[in-house]
Amino acid sequence: MTQADSLFRALGDPTRRALYERLARGGEHTVHALTDGAGVSQPAVSKHLAVLKAAGLVRDRREGRETHYSAEPKALAPLADWMTLYGAFWEGRLDRMEDLLRRMDQ
Amino acid sequence: MTQTRSPEARSAETRSVVIERDMPHPPEKVWRALTTQPLIEDWLMANDFAPKVGHRFRLSTTPVGGWNGIIDCQVLAVEPPERLSYTWASMGLESVVTFTVTPTAAGARLRMEQSGFPADATQNLRGAEYGWNNFLGRLEQVVERA
Repeated sequence: MTQADSLFRALGDPTRRALYERLARGGEHTVHALTDGAGVSQPAVSKHLAVLKAAGLVRDRREGRETHYSAEPKALAPLADWMTLYGAFWEGRLDRMEDLLRRMDQ
Repeated sequence: MTQTRSPEARSAETRSVVIERDMPHPPEKVWRALTTQPLIEDWLMANDFAPKVGHRFRLSTTPVGGWNGIIDCQVLAVEPPERLSYTWASMGLESVVTFTVTPTAAGARLRMEQSGFPADATQNLRGAEYGWNNFLGRLEQVVERA
Protein backbone atom coordinates (compact mmCIF):
# COMPACT_ATOMS: atom_id res chain seq x y z
CA MET A 1 0.00 0.00 0.00
CA THR A 2 1.48 3.34 -0.98
CA GLN A 3 1.52 6.33 1.31
CA ALA A 4 -1.23 7.92 -0.78
CA ASP A 5 -3.36 4.76 -0.44
CA SER A 6 -3.11 4.82 3.34
CA LEU A 7 -4.00 8.53 3.36
CA PHE A 8 -7.04 7.92 1.18
CA ARG A 9 -8.07 4.98 3.30
CA ALA A 10 -7.68 7.03 6.46
CA LEU A 11 -9.66 9.95 5.04
CA GLY A 12 -12.21 7.78 3.22
CA ASP A 13 -14.21 7.34 6.41
CA PRO A 14 -16.56 10.29 7.05
CA THR A 15 -16.11 10.22 10.85
CA ARG A 16 -12.33 10.21 10.55
CA ARG A 17 -12.47 12.94 7.94
CA ALA A 18 -14.60 15.08 10.25
CA LEU A 19 -12.12 14.50 13.09
CA TYR A 20 -9.22 15.37 10.85
CA GLU A 21 -10.89 18.50 9.49
CA ARG A 22 -11.56 19.65 13.05
CA LEU A 23 -7.89 19.17 13.95
CA ALA A 24 -6.76 20.73 10.67
CA ARG A 25 -8.49 23.97 11.65
CA GLY A 26 -5.77 24.31 14.24
CA GLY A 27 -4.75 23.78 17.83
CA GLU A 28 -4.52 20.76 20.06
CA HIS A 29 -7.56 18.84 21.20
CA THR A 30 -8.03 16.09 23.75
CA VAL A 31 -9.92 12.89 22.95
CA HIS A 32 -12.61 14.19 25.31
CA ALA A 33 -13.04 17.42 23.38
CA LEU A 34 -13.02 15.57 20.08
CA THR A 35 -15.70 13.13 21.27
CA ASP A 36 -18.09 16.03 21.87
CA GLY A 37 -19.94 16.45 18.62
CA ALA A 38 -18.30 13.48 16.91
CA GLY A 39 -21.50 11.44 17.18
CA VAL A 40 -19.61 8.31 18.25
CA SER A 41 -18.28 6.94 21.52
CA GLN A 42 -14.93 7.89 23.02
CA PRO A 43 -13.38 4.45 22.32
CA ALA A 44 -14.48 4.83 18.70
CA VAL A 45 -12.91 8.29 18.51
CA SER A 46 -9.66 6.87 19.96
CA LYS A 47 -9.70 4.12 17.34
CA HIS A 48 -10.21 6.61 14.53
CA LEU A 49 -7.40 8.80 15.89
CA ALA A 50 -5.08 5.78 15.92
CA VAL A 51 -5.78 5.22 12.20
CA LEU A 52 -5.13 8.89 11.46
CA LYS A 53 -1.91 8.70 13.46
CA ALA A 54 -0.77 5.56 11.62
CA ALA A 55 -1.30 7.41 8.34
CA GLY A 56 0.85 10.26 9.68
CA LEU A 57 -2.06 12.70 9.57
CA VAL A 58 -2.09 13.55 13.27
CA ARG A 59 0.40 13.55 16.09
CA ASP A 60 -0.27 13.09 19.77
CA ARG A 61 1.25 14.44 22.94
CA ARG A 62 0.68 12.86 26.31
CA GLU A 63 0.18 15.21 29.24
CA GLY A 64 -0.81 13.64 32.55
CA ARG A 65 -3.85 11.48 31.95
CA GLU A 66 -4.85 13.22 28.74
CA THR A 67 -3.59 12.77 25.19
CA HIS A 68 -3.59 15.88 23.05
CA TYR A 69 -3.97 15.53 19.29
CA SER A 70 -3.03 17.97 16.55
CA ALA A 71 -3.01 17.84 12.74
CA GLU A 72 0.08 17.21 10.66
CA PRO A 73 -0.90 19.04 7.44
CA LYS A 74 2.41 18.20 5.77
CA ALA A 75 1.22 14.58 5.60
CA LEU A 76 -1.18 15.61 2.84
CA ALA A 77 1.67 16.58 0.51
CA PRO A 78 1.58 13.28 -1.47
CA LEU A 79 -2.03 14.04 -2.30
CA ALA A 80 -1.35 17.59 -3.49
CA ASP A 81 -0.80 16.29 -6.96
CA TRP A 82 -3.15 15.94 -9.89
CA MET A 83 -2.01 12.45 -10.66
CA THR A 84 -2.68 11.10 -7.21
CA LEU A 85 -6.07 12.79 -7.07
CA TYR A 86 -7.08 11.48 -10.47
CA GLY A 87 -5.73 8.00 -9.71
CA ALA A 88 -8.00 7.77 -6.68
CA PHE A 89 -10.84 9.37 -8.63
CA TRP A 90 -10.71 6.73 -11.38
CA GLU A 91 -10.34 3.83 -8.94
CA GLY A 92 -13.57 4.95 -7.28
CA ARG A 93 -15.36 5.49 -10.59
CA LEU A 94 -14.29 2.10 -11.96
CA ASP A 95 -15.59 0.47 -8.76
CA ARG A 96 -18.91 2.08 -9.60
CA MET A 97 -18.70 0.79 -13.17
CA GLU A 98 -18.20 -2.74 -11.87
CA ASP A 99 -21.26 -2.33 -9.63
CA LEU A 100 -23.19 -1.18 -12.69
CA LEU A 101 -21.96 -4.11 -14.83
CA ARG A 102 -23.16 -6.53 -12.15
CA ARG A 103 -26.62 -4.94 -12.29
CA MET A 104 -26.81 -4.91 -16.11
CA ASP A 105 -28.26 -7.67 -18.30
CA GLN A 106 -25.90 -9.34 -20.71
CA MET B 1 18.88 11.18 -18.01
CA THR B 2 21.36 11.66 -20.84
CA GLN B 3 18.96 13.22 -23.27
CA THR B 4 19.36 16.96 -23.73
CA ARG B 5 16.18 18.92 -23.50
CA SER B 6 15.44 22.54 -24.03
CA PRO B 7 13.61 24.33 -21.18
CA GLU B 8 10.55 24.49 -23.46
CA ALA B 9 10.58 20.73 -23.91
CA ARG B 10 10.94 20.23 -20.22
CA SER B 11 8.01 22.48 -19.39
CA ALA B 12 5.90 20.61 -21.94
CA GLU B 13 6.71 17.25 -20.34
CA THR B 14 3.62 15.31 -19.35
CA ARG B 15 2.73 12.33 -17.24
CA SER B 16 -0.21 9.97 -17.18
CA VAL B 17 -2.40 7.92 -14.88
CA VAL B 18 -3.03 4.32 -15.98
CA ILE B 19 -5.47 1.92 -14.35
CA GLU B 20 -6.18 -1.62 -15.55
CA ARG B 21 -9.02 -3.82 -14.37
CA ASP B 22 -9.97 -7.36 -15.30
CA MET B 23 -13.73 -7.64 -15.41
CA PRO B 24 -15.82 -10.81 -15.60
CA HIS B 25 -18.00 -9.30 -18.32
CA PRO B 26 -17.88 -9.48 -22.12
CA PRO B 27 -16.15 -6.57 -23.91
CA GLU B 28 -19.44 -5.51 -25.56
CA LYS B 29 -21.05 -5.03 -22.16
CA VAL B 30 -18.13 -2.96 -20.87
CA TRP B 31 -18.36 -0.95 -24.08
CA ARG B 32 -22.04 -0.21 -23.39
CA ALA B 33 -21.15 1.08 -19.94
CA LEU B 34 -18.48 3.31 -21.48
CA THR B 35 -20.56 4.75 -24.30
CA THR B 36 -24.24 4.85 -23.30
CA GLN B 37 -25.30 8.20 -21.86
CA PRO B 38 -27.51 7.00 -18.94
CA LEU B 39 -24.98 4.29 -18.06
CA ILE B 40 -22.11 6.81 -18.05
CA GLU B 41 -24.20 8.90 -15.67
CA ASP B 42 -24.56 5.87 -13.39
CA TRP B 43 -20.84 5.29 -12.91
CA LEU B 44 -19.10 8.50 -13.93
CA MET B 45 -21.10 11.73 -14.05
CA ALA B 46 -24.12 13.44 -15.58
CA ASN B 47 -23.33 13.99 -19.25
CA ASP B 48 -24.50 14.62 -22.80
CA PHE B 49 -22.15 12.12 -24.39
CA ALA B 50 -22.71 10.71 -27.86
CA PRO B 51 -20.39 8.12 -29.46
CA LYS B 52 -19.44 10.32 -32.43
CA VAL B 53 -15.95 11.54 -33.22
CA GLY B 54 -15.85 15.33 -32.85
CA HIS B 55 -18.89 15.46 -30.52
CA ARG B 56 -18.42 17.98 -27.72
CA PHE B 57 -19.94 17.05 -24.39
CA ARG B 58 -19.84 18.01 -20.77
CA LEU B 59 -19.48 15.94 -17.63
CA SER B 60 -20.88 17.62 -14.54
CA THR B 61 -21.06 16.94 -10.86
CA THR B 62 -21.81 18.90 -7.68
CA PRO B 63 -19.51 21.94 -7.39
CA VAL B 64 -17.09 21.74 -4.48
CA GLY B 65 -14.87 24.40 -3.02
CA GLY B 66 -13.49 26.54 -5.82
CA TRP B 67 -14.26 23.97 -8.51
CA ASN B 68 -17.39 24.38 -10.63
CA GLY B 69 -17.74 20.60 -11.09
CA ILE B 70 -17.65 20.83 -14.88
CA ILE B 71 -15.43 18.94 -17.31
CA ASP B 72 -15.49 19.87 -20.99
CA CYS B 73 -14.80 17.02 -23.37
CA GLN B 74 -14.60 16.22 -27.06
CA VAL B 75 -14.70 12.74 -28.56
CA LEU B 76 -11.44 11.82 -30.31
CA ALA B 77 -11.93 8.13 -31.15
CA VAL B 78 -14.80 5.60 -31.11
CA GLU B 79 -13.77 2.09 -32.17
CA PRO B 80 -16.35 -0.38 -30.81
CA PRO B 81 -15.84 -2.37 -28.73
CA GLU B 82 -12.15 -1.65 -28.27
CA ARG B 83 -11.18 1.96 -27.92
CA LEU B 84 -12.80 5.18 -26.76
CA SER B 85 -10.90 8.42 -26.34
CA TYR B 86 -11.92 11.96 -25.40
CA THR B 87 -10.36 15.19 -24.25
CA TRP B 88 -10.87 16.22 -20.63
CA ALA B 89 -10.54 19.87 -19.64
CA SER B 90 -11.22 21.04 -16.12
CA MET B 91 -9.69 23.40 -13.57
CA GLY B 92 -7.14 24.56 -16.12
CA LEU B 93 -6.01 20.98 -16.67
CA GLU B 94 -6.05 19.72 -20.25
CA SER B 95 -5.76 15.98 -20.65
CA VAL B 96 -6.90 13.06 -22.78
CA VAL B 97 -8.75 10.02 -21.42
CA THR B 98 -8.49 6.78 -23.39
CA PHE B 99 -10.30 3.54 -22.58
CA THR B 100 -9.11 0.31 -24.17
CA VAL B 101 -11.13 -2.91 -23.89
CA THR B 102 -9.50 -6.23 -24.74
CA PRO B 103 -11.12 -9.67 -24.53
CA THR B 104 -9.76 -12.10 -21.93
CA ALA B 105 -10.62 -15.72 -21.08
CA ALA B 106 -12.73 -14.50 -18.15
CA GLY B 107 -14.28 -11.48 -19.82
CA ALA B 108 -12.54 -8.21 -20.55
CA ARG B 109 -9.62 -6.11 -19.46
CA LEU B 110 -10.35 -2.41 -19.21
CA ARG B 111 -7.43 -0.02 -19.37
CA MET B 112 -7.95 3.65 -18.58
CA GLU B 113 -5.20 6.09 -19.38
CA GLN B 114 -5.43 9.78 -18.61
CA SER B 115 -2.48 11.56 -20.11
CA GLY B 116 -1.28 15.09 -20.44
CA PHE B 117 -0.67 16.01 -16.83
CA PRO B 118 2.03 18.66 -16.83
CA ALA B 119 5.03 17.51 -14.83
CA ASP B 120 4.85 20.69 -12.73
CA ALA B 121 1.13 20.39 -11.99
CA THR B 122 1.80 20.05 -8.29
CA GLN B 123 2.76 23.69 -8.23
CA ASN B 124 -0.45 24.69 -9.98
CA LEU B 125 -2.46 22.85 -7.40
CA ARG B 126 -0.60 24.49 -4.56
CA GLY B 127 -1.08 27.90 -6.12
CA ALA B 128 -3.20 30.61 -4.61
CA GLU B 129 -6.19 29.68 -6.72
CA TYR B 130 -6.71 26.37 -4.92
CA GLY B 131 -6.35 26.92 -1.22
CA TRP B 132 -6.51 24.51 1.61
CA ASN B 133 -10.31 24.47 1.81
CA ASN B 134 -10.75 23.82 -1.88
CA PHE B 135 -8.26 21.04 -1.71
CA LEU B 136 -10.05 19.34 1.16
CA GLY B 137 -13.36 19.83 -0.63
CA ARG B 138 -12.06 18.14 -3.73
CA LEU B 139 -10.41 15.44 -1.69
CA GLU B 140 -13.73 14.71 -0.03
CA GLN B 141 -15.32 14.26 -3.42
CA VAL B 142 -12.59 11.93 -4.54
CA VAL B 143 -12.85 9.76 -1.47
CA GLU B 144 -16.65 9.78 -1.17
CA ARG B 145 -16.78 6.35 -2.78
CA ALA B 146 -13.47 5.10 -1.44
